[in-house]
This record gives sequence, structure tokens and C-alpha cells, in this order.
Amino acid sequence: MMAVTEELQNVPPEKLVVAGVSKWFRTSRADVHALDNVSLNVREGEFVCLVGPSGCGKSTLLNIIAGLEQPDAGQILADGQPVTGPGRERMMMFQESALFPWLDVLDNLLFGLKLKPNLKRHERREVAQFYLKLVGLEKFMHANIHELSGGMKQRVALARCLAPNPRMLLMDEPFAALDALTREQLYGDIQRIWEKRKKTIVFVTHNVREAACLGDRVVLFSPHPGRVQEEFTIGLPRPRDINSVELAKYSTEITRALKRHLKPEAAEVAE
Amino acid sequence: MKRWLWAGLFFLVLAGIWEWLVRREIWSPVLIPSPLDVARYLVESIRDKSLLQAGYITMKRLLLGYIVGLVLGLPLGLLNARFKLLEDTVGIVALGLQTLPSVCWAPLALLWFGQTETAMFFIVIMGSLWSIVIATDTGVRNVPPIYARAARTMGSRGLHTWLKVILPASLPFIVSGMKQGWAFAWRSLMAAEIYVTILTGFGLGHLLHYGRELHAMDAVIAIMLVIIVIGLLADKILFSPWEKFLHRRWGTARN
Ligand SMILES: Nc1ncnc2c1ncn2[C@@H]1O[C@H](COP(=O)(O)OP(=O)(O)O)[C@@H](O)[C@H]1O
Ligand SMILES: [Mg+2]
Repeated sequence: MMAVTEELQNVPPEKLVVAGVSKWFRTSRADVHALDNVSLNVREGEFVCLVGPSGCGKSTLLNIIAGLEQPDAGQILADGQPVTGPGRERMMMFQESALFPWLDVLDNLLFGLKLKPNLKRHERREVAQFYLKLVGLEKFMHANIHELSGGMKQRVALARCLAPNPRMLLMDEPFAALDALTREQLYGDIQRIWEKRKKTIVFVTHNVREAACLGDRVVLFSPHPGRVQEEFTIGLPRPRDINSVELAKYSTEITRALKRHLKPEAAEVAE
Repeated sequence: MKRWLWAGLFFLVLAGIWEWLVRREIWSPVLIPSPLDVARYLVESIRDKSLLQAGYITMKRLLLGYIVGLVLGLPLGLLNARFKLLEDTVGIVALGLQTLPSVCWAPLALLWFGQTETAMFFIVIMGSLWSIVIATDTGVRNVPPIYARAARTMGSRGLHTWLKVILPASLPFIVSGMKQGWAFAWRSLMAAEIYVTILTGFGLGHLLHYGRELHAMDAVIAIMLVIIVIGLLADKILFSPWEKFLHRRWGTARN
């Protein structure tokens, strides 16, 4: 632990430092070793994708980064500060939208903004409308959540995460429940928004192609216990097309590495 | 508009047949009064204020008792859901008492409070409280944890999370619990009023009781009609807006 802190004083602070994080889940039936000594650095404005088969601790790591869960060992530094709890500098987006059904679209966006101090009423509204426009849903400002399609819900959820202007976005398989066409649209949207708003993004997925399409860097996880195995830098210009041939080269390479690191019984990973 | 027309026509025809059956003495007027007699009683008792007075007293008992039930029940339900110890103690009591028709409290209530308003309030509170406690508890337990997690990342904490996330998220359960509590309280209050004389005021139940004693079946039927109307109005005024809100927001089927 000391070594990590000392080391940090010599290098310029990273946006996010995951330092030797381990996590166990103790239940009555079993002791699950979810994360084993995971370390990871993320630069300001970087788009990092974490890939690995389900159960390898990706969500757990994201929750710990968000401050929703505590690590059993190691620590998280965001802008050089230890993370002790959730905070709006690190906004999280989930696989299900987690939008509040008792509020309409606009009020969902305002929920986080109302918790932000020093914002006047009309300013909150302007900010909310700006982000709704950014995700192309300003017309649905007063729609109810159940009236939106899956893709629209995730767009609203994205806008809700962006509205309080967090420095970092944590996304936990946000597009996994969507159909392929909607997903492709959202790949475009998220890249466009990322470039425009200059966010640092940690994006979790079990889809290798998705990771290669979105990430500056792809970090490969292996399960039981969850460990970082390998990292890939994706040197492709943006915006990237998920169906391009160059992208396929990267995703093939990552998939091959994935299979190498997996025990044979867990080798089924979505393309 | 057209629906109202049909409904009005239907009830007019029904009253017509009823009147005809009584006039032809196919139905004995001793057992069933004519609708005109019922209407006459209604007009008279409204004019001499006896019916209004009784209606006012009954509604006061019901509403005040229900509000107390709500004010106690909501926080108690939330606390039950929050603390395991309460769930295992108060929760079990609530579950048991919810199955007890609250008019069964009448003997004890009379012993404790005498033939007073307090006894009636007590019965109404016992009728509504437990349904509301259980519904709130169940509602909170059924809130997807992801809502609270999302709220926490947006900076919501403690009481704010409970009031702005957990409580509204459990509304579908709470509203149906409130409805059930209302129905239990209303039925038990009527039963109590019919069988127990309360010295501080005569409610609709008492009027019904006297109607029977005096064998004034026109009064009995008129009061029954008033009780039905109050039930319908309560549903429209108290619960319809909530149900419309739930339907609009959650997109659930209207029942
Ligand atoms: N709250 C929990 N209690 C017990 N075990 C858990 C809990 N959360 C996650 N796990 C276990 O930890 C491991 C990692 O889970 P998770 O982080 O959800 O993986 P992933 O997101 O990569 O699919 C799994 O084996 C899972 O069963
Ligand atoms: Mg997961």
C-alpha cells in the first residue's frame, strides 16, 4: 500500500488508479473470490473497455470504482483522492436503465441536477434540455419511461448520467439488452458524445467487438478469481464502424487471447 | 356522456319495475318499501338534517381514523422494511392483526374507552393501520435495488433516498394497501356503529339500526344507498387520482 502511494507522488496523477484491489463475497454457501489484486490506470479523457466472460468480476470492479462497494484489499484513487463512497464525479450507467418510472423523462434528468448545489431552477432545466438534445430525445421530454423503447431508455439514462457533468462515466454493459441495430446507433452516439464532452469512460462489456469499437484500450479479464490478463491498445481512427475489417483484426486478436486465458469450460464468450 | 345516459336509463327502468312490483303487491310493501317512499325519506331526512348529521359523524370518524392509520402506518411500514428486528416483531403482529376484522376490537375498545368517539376511532385505526403497514413494507422490499444505487451515484443519501426514491418506487403497493385499509376500516366502522351505541354521536350505522327497530324499511334502504354513494365517492376522490397516476407512469393496466 505504501509503495503505491509513494509511487504516485513521482508520476503525474492519473484520472483513475485501481491499486491492488481484491474482493471476496462471503455467502452462507460459498466464498467467492471475485477480484484478485486488480490494478489499472486510466488517463484523463481515456475510453477504457473491460472485457471478460460473465462472472469475472467486471461489475464488481465497476461498483468498487463507483464507491458503491468497498474493496477488501487495495484502493481506488480518483484524481489522486481515495474513493470512499459514491459521488457524482463518477456517474454509473447500468445494463437496465434504472430510470425512475414515477418521474417523466425530464424529471429523471432533473433528479441528479437537483442534488447539485448552486444551480438555479431555470439553469437545471436548461442543462437537462441540453443533454436530452444531445441524445436526440428533446421531443420526449415529458414522455413516461414505460413509453420509451429499450434504446431510448438507455439514451435517457446516458443523458441522466451526463447531466450533472461528471468527470468520469462508468458503464456496466449498457447496451447488452438492446437489439443489434439499436446498439450500432448507440456506438455512434457514445463516440460522438465522448469526443464532444471529453469524458473519461470505463466501459464494461462481454462483447469483444464492442470493446474494440469503443475503447482506446481494451483490458482483458479472466475469471475465478477475476484478474487482469492482458491489455490491447486500439490504434484506429474515430469514429469507428463496428463492422469494419480493421476492427475485426483487433477483435480476433483479443478473442484469441481470451480463449488462451480461459479455462476450457468457460470458453464461450459472445462475439 | 352516452355512458351516463345508458346508466341513468338503466336505473330508471330498475326503479320503475320495483315500483310496479310493489304497487301490484307482488312484493309485500311490509318487506320492501316502494322507491318513492325511499326517495321521500331521503328528501325529508336531508331537510331535517338527521341524515346529513349522521353522515357527517360517520365520515368524521372514518376520515380522522384513516388519516391516523396512514400517518402511523407509512413510517411503521418503512421502518419494518429497514430493520430486520422490527420485521420479525412488529411485522408478525401486523400480519396477524391484518387478518382480524377490526370490529372484533369493539368489546375491548368499549371497555377501554367507553361508549365514546375514541372507541370508534380505535376500530377504524385498527382496520386501516395493518394493511398500510404490510403494503408499505412489501412495497419497499420490492423496489429494485438498482434505483437506490443509481440515486446514490447521483448524490442522494439517507432520508433523501427514502423519501425521493424508495417511497415513490413502492407507490403501486402502497396505494393498493391504502385501498384495502380503507375498505377494512369502512366495513368495520359500519359494523361497529350498527351494534354499538355511541353516546357522543349517531352515525349512519345507528340510523340503520333504528330503522330496523322501528321497522322503517324505507329508511333502511335509503341509508344503504347513502352508504353505497359514500363508498363510490371515496373511491373516486381518494383513490382514482392515485390510480390514474400509477397507470400513466408505470403503464400498468387499469383495474
Ligand atoms: N453480492 C454478491 N454476493 C455474492 N456473490 C457475488 C455478489 N456479486 C457478485 N458476486 C459473484 O462475484 C463474481 C463476479 O461477479 P460480477 O462482478 O457480477 O461479474 P461480471 O460482471 O463480470 O459478470 C461472480 O462469481 C458472482 O457470482
Ligand atoms: Mg456484470
